[in-house]
Amino acid sequence: MLKAVLGALVPLLAAVVAFAFGAIMLLALGASPLEGLNAMLDGAFGSGSRLAATAVKATPLILVGAGITIAFRTSVINIGGESQIIAGALLSTVVALTLPDLPAFILVPLVLLAGAAGGAVLGAIPGALKAYASVNEILSTIMLNLVMVQFMNFLLRGPLIDPFELEAGTRIPQTQRLSDNAALPTLIDGTRLHIGVPVAIIAAVAAYLILWRTPTGFRLRAVGHSPEAARAAGISVKRNVTLAMALSGSLAGIAGSILVFGSEGQRMVTDGSAAGFTGSAGFNGIVAALFGGLHPLWTIPSAMLFGALLTGATQLQRVLQVPAALAVALNGIVVIFVISSTPVRGWLQRSLADSGLFSRSSNRVEAD
Amino acid sequence: MKKQWRLSSSVLVLLGALALVGAACGGDDAPASGSGEGGALRVAIVAPSASDDLAFSQSMVDSVNALERAVELSVTDGTFIVEDAAAAIRGYAEDGNDVVIAHGTQFGGSLVEIAPDFPDVTFVWGTASDTQGLDNVFAYAPAAGEGGYVNGSIAASLTESGVIGVVGPIEAGDAVAYINGFEAGALAGGASEVNITYTGSFGDVALAAEAAEAHLANKVDVLTGTAQMVVGAVGVAADAGVPWFGTQANQTSLAPDLVVASQVYHWEVVLEEMLALRDSGVIGGQAFEINLANGGLVIEFNDAFELPAGVRDAADAMIEGITNGTVNTGS
Amino acid sequence: MGDFFTLSVLVATAASAIRLATPYLLASLGETIGQRSGVLNLGVDGVMLLSAFFSYWTVLGTGNLWLAVLVGLVVGLAMGVLYGVITVRLSATQGISGIGIFIFGLGLSDLLFRQLVGTPKPVRRLPNVDVPILSDIPHLGEALFQRNLLTYLAFLLVPATALLLSRTTFGLNIRSVGENPQAADSLGVSVERTRFVAILIGNAMAGLAGAALVLQLGIFQPNLTQGLGFIAVALVYFGAWRPVGVMGGALLYGLVNATVLQWKALGIIPVSGSDLANMAPAVLTILALIVLARRVHAPAALTKPFTRH
Repeated sequence: MLKAVLGALVPLLAAVVAFAFGAIMLLALGASPLEGLNAMLDGAFGSGSRLAATAVKATPLILVGAGITIAFRTSVINIGGESQIIAGALLSTVVALTLPDLPAFILVPLVLLAGAAGGAVLGAIPGALKAYASVNEILSTIMLNLVMVQFMNFLLRGPLIDPFELEAGTRIPQTQRLSDNAALPTLIDGTRLHIGVPVAIIAAVAAYLILWRTPTGFRLRAVGHSPEAARAAGISVKRNVTLAMALSGSLAGIAGSILVFGSEGQRMVTDGSAAGFTGSAGFNGIVAALFGGLHPLWTIPSAMLFGALLTGATQLQRVLQVPAALAVALNGIVVIFVISSTPVRGWLQRSLADSGLFSRSSNRVEAD
Repeated sequence: MKKQWRLSSSVLVLLGALALVGAACGGDDAPASGSGEGGALRVAIVAPSASDDLAFSQSMVDSVNALERAVELSVTDGTFIVEDAAAAIRGYAEDGNDVVIAHGTQFGGSLVEIAPDFPDVTFVWGTASDTQGLDNVFAYAPAAGEGGYVNGSIAASLTESGVIGVVGPIEAGDAVAYINGFEAGALAGGASEVNITYTGSFGDVALAAEAAEAHLANKVDVLTGTAQMVVGAVGVAADAGVPWFGTQANQTSLAPDLVVASQVYHWEVVLEEMLALRDSGVIGGQAFEINLANGGLVIEFNDAFELPAGVRDAADAMIEGITNGTVNTGS
Repeated sequence: MGDFFTLSVLVATAASAIRLATPYLLASLGETIGQRSGVLNLGVDGVMLLSAFFSYWTVLGTGNLWLAVLVGLVVGLAMGVLYGVITVRLSATQGISGIGIFIFGLGLSDLLFRQLVGTPKPVRRLPNVDVPILSDIPHLGEALFQRNLLTYLAFLLVPATALLLSRTTFGLNIRSVGENPQAADSLGVSVERTRFVAILIGNAMAGLAGAALVLQLGIFQPNLTQGLGFIAVALVYFGAWRPVGVMGGALLYGLVNATVLQWKALGIIPVSGSDLANMAPAVLTILALIVLARRVHAPAALTKPFTRH
């Protein structure tokens, strides 16, 4: 019992300490910490539409996070979420531009599939490079992120640009407003909650089922656990590494598609940077996945947490007029403290056990 | 794995608890209708880069502060992610601001969704040349090519090699208008070559600096550039003793000896017109342009930089000519 | 194209490549040491941002460049202590801790800049220092031996790091705790202490990299690094955990960037092809690695926290 209490208490304390840091920073900026907390909570959960905005913000994180889980469980480090999101968005945009008149019940699934395909390609490339050319995937995914930003700029400023932008001479790198038939249907009127949210949740569940309930998932995890043993058991390491990255990328690609067709503007737009389009979901999704213990289902609440931090931050800046950077720093502190608390708890529990309080308990908590 | 579950769940429990506390002690933030304290107009700006970036975003903040009437100003800056900007724009409208300025062409797509939901709020959107048919949206745009043309022609009179360098971000937005105007002005003024480098980034200061260095290695002896990352290129120009021309905001502070002139955006000229219309009951539906003629664009000379005899007069004559239409900038 | 192959332009390109490569090299060498001890640090970019800000702020306040370099180093060390406590003492997951450090550094450096400085103000830049005799070599001297002191330091640290790793007891300890911590532990090597010191060195070098970046530019802006630290991490894999290989990667990356910029200035790359040309550094880095096609052996215990049983 005490152990369970301790297990919950330490991360709670860590989060409280993290928020205390935030409070100190707010004080230093001459703002009231209570008002700050209130603004963040109000911004994230304050009303139905804000709750919906939080869920929408969390959607790409759930998808990227679930994909990350598949890659990491196969022992492939996928830092290429940004490039995979962009690839998915670009391909689905092209589909919507080419076939704008298809009925919504065909076009919506089609753009999501196109997103998955685009992301899968950008995932499969570093996967295959690792498997067949010994190119480390951390290197190739970081580099491909840089490549895809420029490719996105090339397409959005050239072949895909809104013709009106050329006519008016404003030349913002964005597409025209895409077909309404491709717009993700809204689930609750008056909110931003669209079909992308359940799609992401279903995708996360699917990732879970694939990993733990199918032979494919078994092979992926076997490769992740020990490539040598997997090879000895007749499992192709190369093929499974490529497959894991393709699956991982396809989920990120769906996120890209949702970012386009679930946006207020119903178009793909950037400021010339990757984050300008993705909102850094490719990175935040990694954090969400690791926070969720690399479990696709736990990625969902974990992504909601970060979605809440992000939407809360917008409100914080608006209400208290403090720089947005404060919320970014606070996010970092939350990550650092909570992740550090895991081992602290294990250590506390062990020392309690050693002191005899848990003399009966033989199953020690291992710090992984 | 199990402890990770507990980790996530306990953090969520905490958040839930905090949410309850917040809900309990949080007063209702029902939109305060109409004007703020003391009858001041409530204005909010949503801008893509830092509000003190010596460039695009700062130009709007400075302009609102220069308005003649009392204004209660809120700013959300650094919203380079369009969806975040959309959330802020909607939020400010919900908060009961009278005027919400969406300072970025890329926010237009979101405005189509947001503006109709708040028929009493005036949205001001730019840079844009039309209001997308929304009757509570005013649009604004700079004739950035005009100042570019003037800067370019002065630059042509300063260069000895005849080669002038330009450092831009990506070929988009008002950067294009300024750079094209600059090129036209410089070539018309007798420069033999204008070399234009787009670095591919609004933020990469190091690349902008090296782009300037590359120009210097290729006979360039006058430089200009646009967007917030040019601060790196200005430093290179300053160290090499090469004159620099600024745009968007007055960049003299970046190189007090070498900034010749800056084209400065004075949005307040058109903002006053919009507010006057709003006072008279017209809350949107019109597009405005700032240019040299209406005083929205001003070429601010740096007096510490001594121009050769006659150059300043020629520049003033050119501004006059553009103002009364006798000089065609080709833009 | 003919314009490019003139001596003065080639010299300028080489000089530009070396300037661009300096921060990458410093950060990558530091990350190499950390990874050889078994610790991945994805937070390099955040460390660089914080040290760059504090270096900049120091010059702004005091005008003293060397104090600024020192401050950058110290900020790096301080972040090293933080990262060491998190990943070594507390054995937290390295990947996510590093990303936490990155996000924290990104936000805090931005916040501090907005509060303490606000509008970008130029400061003194690192002066170029001529190396006696060598700088007089025609052309080559101008390109290689008329650079700033942090650049020289970065390149001197390449053989120094290589020697540290291969020839010293401490280097042997680093490699052994990175390969097989259990065995090292049984031989009496303190895994914790070795890793902690390796992290401190690595972060100090990331701090120097931040200082070099900002002092070469003479100006700070939020998110000044634009992901430079992540590229530095990637270059460690490019260099296969060897300092000379890492230097090759940093130089390649810098050189391609510099060449693209020169070709843009010369009009060899038209404005319409600008975006595609910007892909070159990343694409060539990947291609180079495919061509080199070597099976490299990563430190076996990389990212694995050590717990005694």
